[in-house]
Amino acid sequence: MNNKKEAAVPDPNKGMTIIVKTITRLTVGLILLYGIYILSHGHVSPGGGFAGGVIVALSFIHIMLAFGKDVALKKLSMRAASFFESLGALLFLLIAVIGFTGGSFFLNFFADKGEPFKLFSAGIIPLCNIAISLKVGAGLFSIFVILVMLKFTVDGKKGN
Amino acid sequence: MLLYFLCLVLFSIGIFCILRKRNLIKIIIGIIIAEYAVHLFFALVGYRAEGRSPIFTPSENIFNMVDPLPQALVLTAIVIGLAVTAMMVAIAIRIYDKYGTFDITKIRKLHG
Amino acid sequence: MILYILLIIMIIGAIAAVQMQDLISAVIAVGAVGLALSIAFLVLKAPDLAITQLVVEILCLIILIRATLKKDLPFSTSGRWFFNTLVVAVFTVTFLGIGYYCLKDLPVFGQPIMKVANIYLETGLSKTGASNLVAAVILDFRAYDTLGEATILFTAVIGVIAIMRRVGRKKVGEEVEEDE
Repeated sequence: MNNKKEAAVPDPNKGMTIIVKTITRLTVGLILLYGIYILSHGHVSPGGGFAGGVIVALSFIHIMLAFGKDVALKKLSMRAASFFESLGALLFLLIAVIGFTGGSFFLNFFADKGEPFKLFSAGIIPLCNIAISLKVGAGLFSIFVILVMLKFTVDGKKGN
Repeated sequence: MLLYFLCLVLFSIGIFCILRKRNLIKIIIGIIIAEYAVHLFFALVGYRAEGRSPIFTPSENIFNMVDPLPQALVLTAIVIGLAVTAMMVAIAIRIYDKYGTFDITKIRKLHG
Repeated sequence: MILYILLIIMIIGAIAAVQMQDLISAVIAVGAVGLALSIAFLVLKAPDLAITQLVVEILCLIILIRATLKKDLPFSTSGRWFFNTLVVAVFTVTFLGIGYYCLKDLPVFGQPIMKVANIYLETGLSKTGASNLVAAVILDFRAYDTLGEATILFTAVIGVIAIMRRVGRKKVGEEVEEDE
């Protein structure tokens, strides 16, 4: 199904109107960048992995709502989403297990925790934020994709 | 005290919606409202009068921070609530697909 | 004072969401309740919760609207309408009355006990190096809770995929559209 979509210009009949598509093209990169900022500064300012992950998922959902399903799945396919979700879970568990080298579960194992109030500080907390945001973002995106895909097939069946 | 009671009123509106309404989406809405009330109650319990946010700043020493522990508990509960809501919506859509209605009294008839 | 106004707005929004006849309006009213809750978190000095609640509310609203679109159904008011409403109302009022007496044992609003949190407030910065104490609690002091949360999220995703899959439920002449 995806092989006829290789053109750079998406199908103008799918998705919303030209105004929504133009605004989406301008704003979606900024939304993704804001999500990355929120998750990477989670230990020095408000935010964190949960909010950053949800914002990253919302940027992909934004593409899906404006351009239709195929364009969004070309950016981040379901296989990639499930890979990133599993990667987040395994990364979080790996950080927890590495703590056993120092004696306990979830040990903050960096000897030098860095200077406070800087970006590279606080030991394992930024790494855990990245892992959680991968997990939350990919998980919520795949939930939304699956809900939307079933809705399309049900509408087609009811329309016949 | 009155704030706690208003929070309890919000919770009981959610309970009323769960118990009384017959539409599945209305039941999901009731669960969401009760969940919001619980989150707000946790944040209210941890509040300290004239407090500051639990974030250190390099320029000054802060001694009157609010309680960070309920905020940390609620932060995970919000995301769990979203996932559980998505799962309930999935079950509701599947029921609509099978029975053609959201009404729980008609679902009981088992004509699938 | 602003907390009272926000709570009254939330209660009005909740009553509107419960009593509204069409489902789209009810879902929008739930969105109003959630956004007022986000402002209330900001007033209660919890900016982490405010950001998370804001973005989660938007995603929750999108999911609920996708579920209710083009499926608006009239309500059936047949059956024992008066009896059902009376029973539920009596239960709710009894619950409120008992809750009112139970709430008197809580600490006064604005003066929390904070037995556990004092340790976090005193030693959090030197032990973890993170200036945001909420991040320090959820990812260092109580990271086991966060591991459980990740497990629940994983289970919810698997549950949605298992409920929504088309494999094994295919009828004759129906096309299967699935990437998983």
